[in-house]
Amino acid sequence: MTLLSLSSLSAELGRKTVLRDVALTVNEGEFVGLIGPNGAGKSTLLRAVLGLTPSQGNIELGGHAAASMSAAQRARLTSYLPQEREIAWPVTVERLVGLGRAPHLPPFTRPGATDEAAVRDAMRRMDVEDFAARRATELSGGEKARVLIARALAQEAPLMLADEPTAGLDPAHQITLMRVFAGLAKEGRSVIACLHDLGLAARWCSRLVLLANGSIVADGPPRDVLTAARLRDVYGIQAYLGEDGGGLVVHPLDLAE
Amino acid sequence: MSDRMQYVAVLGALAVATLALFFVSLTTGPADVGFGESIRALVSGDADLLTLVMREIRLPRALLGLMIGATLGLSGAVLQGYLRNPLAEPGLLGISASASLGAVVAIYTGISVAFPLGLPLAALAGAVLAVLLLRVMAGERGGTLTIILAGVAISAFAGAMTSLVLNLSPNPFAATEIVFWMLGSLTDRSMTHLWLSAPFMLAGWVMLAMLARPLDVLTLGSDAAASMGVDMRRVQFLAVFGTAASVGAATAIAGAIGFIGLVVPHVLRPLVGAVPSRLLPASALGGATVLLAADILVRLIAPGRDLKLGVLTAIVGAPFFLWLVWRTRRRML
Repeated sequence: MTLLSLSSLSAELGRKTVLRDVALTVNEGEFVGLIGPNGAGKSTLLRAVLGLTPSQGNIELGGHAAASMSAAQRARLTSYLPQEREIAWPVTVERLVGLGRAPHLPPFTRPGATDEAAVRDAMRRMDVEDFAARRATELSGGEKARVLIARALAQEAPLMLADEPTAGLDPAHQITLMRVFAGLAKEGRSVIACLHDLGLAARWCSRLVLLANGSIVADGPPRDVLTAARLRDVYGIQAYLGEDGGGLVVHPLDLAE
Repeated sequence: MSDRMQYVAVLGALAVATLALFFVSLTTGPADVGFGESIRALVSGDADLLTLVMREIRLPRALLGLMIGATLGLSGAVLQGYLRNPLAEPGLLGISASASLGAVVAIYTGISVAFPLGLPLAALAGAVLAVLLLRVMAGERGGTLTIILAGVAISAFAGAMTSLVLNLSPNPFAATEIVFWMLGSLTDRSMTHLWLSAPFMLAGWVMLAMLARPLDVLTLGSDAAASMGVDMRRVQFLAVFGTAASVGAATAIAGAIGFIGLVVPHVLRPLVGAVPSRLLPASALGGATVLLAADILVRLIAPGRDLKLGVLTAIVGAPFFLWLVWRTRRRML
């Protein structure tokens, strides 16, 4: 089933065109890495899908026009991990993760057994159960990041949009996160993640979408998208491209000549 | 103790304190009557003097103290949650300053003498003007920064206009009356004041209470909240109009009473696990407790001198707030 379908999507920030004529279809069970240099329009693409940035063109979520959906309907189809990791008040980790259930709760009701199970499952996946009772504001940067990802997981939306989810995580937790996203895809959910780490993107994503100057310049399996020529033209770098038993290995080496 | 039990215990303690202070307020005053006698007079049908004092002077004063205190506590908690800033307070949006300006104009022009409800009605009109201006300024997308900046500008302008009225006041008596009104007081308020302001305060409370869950979700920031189904335009509408209705009406009756809306949510936040939705009922009860206590104290400290309520809350509130800042600063070091 198609979870997300974009066609002729454009967006401006101020006077600058940030997205031009983007077309993209994401089906169930895909882990899509959205890659591209700074300012390519990755974050704006996610924000446009969520209705946080005004855009022109067609956005369909789960086969229905996003424009005609209420904020709550949209929230049951998509979860979002913003780049800014704000935690305004010193609430407990468990309660913070529990906020992810808000789109599923009718007003003035308390979370039920399904909600509690979803929260526990999300905390287990992100390995944050040990500090469930601690104040979220007192955690380290990486711990906070994991808690916020668990919050987005608890929303249990079919499509997750994550803006630089690996930023601030140690290598083990970066890989854990990639495994979690790949696992979600296996369960039939989909993830679109903006990534700067090409090594992680190459190894774990089922598909990469390369953005440059607001347009999609390549879309397909990592091996087809990450070629030496594209890394030179789009990123301006030369990189080591190789293979090992687990898949493609990409490692940036130097700026392109 | 689970955190839910602690929350219920905090609410229970605050409710008991509010109720107790409500009855103390009812039985405090220049007429030296015992507690039992006062309450009997309040509920009896006799048309004697004490019944009249209880029903026409003390009951409206205690009820207004309760409602205005709850308004200040609740709106302070909502604004701190909405703006995600522990320094937000009900006066921030410029509603109190504009309501004060309305009242001051009513005193200056003599409308307040010409008919009895002239002053609170003019103050309400000031609050309405402020909120309309705020809505125009705030724009479509529901940003919080423009709301704060517009509020600061409206406060400053209303303050300047108030100064102008004082500057032009025809005689020292008018100026004194204006200054005294602005200091904030519940003395000599009648049942009519209550009937005029209560509907606005209740309507404001309902709007603010609807923000409970959105404020919880806003802990994660406005983008995350919007992605979780929170309609930020609706949140802004409810926060602005709920504050305007309740705080506008409260200021129209009692004048500007500072620090309660700032300090009460601040003090209670750790006791409710910092959860914004839980802070709303706790702050409402806390605000009522503090305002009733202050209104009892002004009558006990200087019975003959008419010590103003707003003066007392500022004298106690400002040093207390300094201490809070001091404590926070030490924790940050």
